[in-house]
Amino acid sequence: MSCSETIASYAFRSLGFGERRLPTTDITLCDQVTLIGSGMLWNIYFGLLAILLGFFSAQAIALAKASSNKAVRKPAEWFIFVFRGSPLFIQFFFGYFLFLSLKQAFPQFDNLTDAWLGAAIVLWLNTTAYSAEIFFGALMAVPKGDLESADAYGFSGWPRFRRIVWPTMLRLAWPAYTNEAIFIFHSTTLVFFSGFPALQQKGDALYYASYFADKTFNPFIPYPILAGYFVLVTLCIITVFGLIGKRLNRHLPQGRTKRPRLMSQIFR
Amino acid sequence: MSFYASFGTVLLLLAVTAPLALGFGFGAAAGSRSHLVPVKWLSNLYMAIVRGVPDIAFFLFFVIALDQGLEWMRHQVLCSDWDQPIRQGNDFVVCAAAKLPQNSAPEVYHQIYGFALAVLTFAIVFGAFAGNVIAGAFKAVPHGQIETAEAYGMTKRQTFWRIMVPQMWTYALPGLSNLWMVLIKATPLLFLLGVEDVVYWAKELGGTKTARFTDYPHGDWRMYYFFGLLVFYLLFTKVSEVVLSRITRKLSHGQATAAGEAMRKAGAGA
Repeated sequence: MSCSETIASYAFRSLGFGERRLPTTDITLCDQVTLIGSGMLWNIYFGLLAILLGFFSAQAIALAKASSNKAVRKPAEWFIFVFRGSPLFIQFFFGYFLFLSLKQAFPQFDNLTDAWLGAAIVLWLNTTAYSAEIFFGALMAVPKGDLESADAYGFSGWPRFRRIVWPTMLRLAWPAYTNEAIFIFHSTTLVFFSGFPALQQKGDALYYASYFADKTFNPFIPYPILAGYFVLVTLCIITVFGLIGKRLNRHLPQGRTKRPRLMSQIFR
Repeated sequence: MSFYASFGTVLLLLAVTAPLALGFGFGAAAGSRSHLVPVKWLSNLYMAIVRGVPDIAFFLFFVIALDQGLEWMRHQVLCSDWDQPIRQGNDFVVCAAAKLPQNSAPEVYHQIYGFALAVLTFAIVFGAFAGNVIAGAFKAVPHGQIETAEAYGMTKRQTFWRIMVPQMWTYALPGLSNLWMVLIKATPLLFLLGVEDVVYWAKELGGTKTARFTDYPHGDWRMYYFFGLLVFYLLFTKVSEVVLSRITRKLSHGQATAAGEAMRKAGAGA
């Protein structure tokens, strides 16, 4: 089978299109590159979904944690504590078996045990908690002078948040949030190793990489391919987030726009 | 019973890996400041690659790679008269004497060997993260300190060991405590490396048991077992957090940082 045929039959194998049988003998480099790349579609799907949804929910939780109302603050604090304090791997397992029992009790939750929905929910909640902590830290670091100036100009309530607090919070949180985006993207590789089944061998990039490592007994080819894909996507994330960060900082005097150093140490 | 023992496995892994990873990290950070260009490049490359790729991919990779690397080396030494290629198609073949552990060795040795590989893998991956933190901490030591050391006529080596290293820790500690939390949360990945850890036993014991095979039949309890694990890890990270914040307080005592200054003022006021 030539390489173009391989691409034609395996490019969307991870989504269930094309040739059903995975290559078992005479595995070529082309097979590996194509299938692992096909698996990357899942990683990109999970990563994008978690980052897009998590961006909004995380800010809601961060604001709730900053609230002076105890009934709002406490649940937010607990949510963050539970999801930041326990391993994502265990969360996946627990989530899967929770969804499994839910499904048995109520048939309408049928889809929850499928990776595309169940794992996406767990990832979303997880990144919400981590990003909420980042946004909360940034919220606490908004300069006092900015708030006083806002008061002096007669800003209050929603306009004060929308025009003064929110842009500064986003700007301060951005470097740490970029890290979080990279990490949640890396975490997507855990999905198919943690209970969620890869139905009909429709798995993600790491699933195929470990499949090839098992079949060929040679880890030195599939894993570097996987690493190459991930470095590529990580560079894309850094570029896109860098552009957004530049826009967030565009009002600052150019030349001395040192990137805000807040919590640049925080990773997970 | 094995379920409870596996918690010991997790703790043992942490106890062995943490200092080892710190050593790797210290070596990488010191290497990245080296004046020998190859050493510098190698250290930077090590830190950049491990940080850029999902850690779980490294876990899966290193376990096989280390195993094959060790067996290959033993093969070269022990069986020099072997004339067949090692990679035969899809197989990795070494002579029987080079197998690690020996086929005849008791089961315990196989488990210990698997565990040792896992520890080494964890140390390599987390060493890169620690290296990054420590390299940053070296840069954070005030330049005046180094100039003063030079003014006193200290050599490069003396400056490094007597001035940089003792002061670096207070800057490294926030990053390192963060890393400790990450390490705790990475321990369930042992399961993927083939070690019979808490996750393995939770899956095994929680599964549906029928009366035919056990005295205590029950339904699918895996959800409750994993909830238990969740609580265990929550407690563990909480306790670590409290202990680490105490150490941070202790280390910032008498340091020329904002935290140290705040403590000095609080002490003077009292």
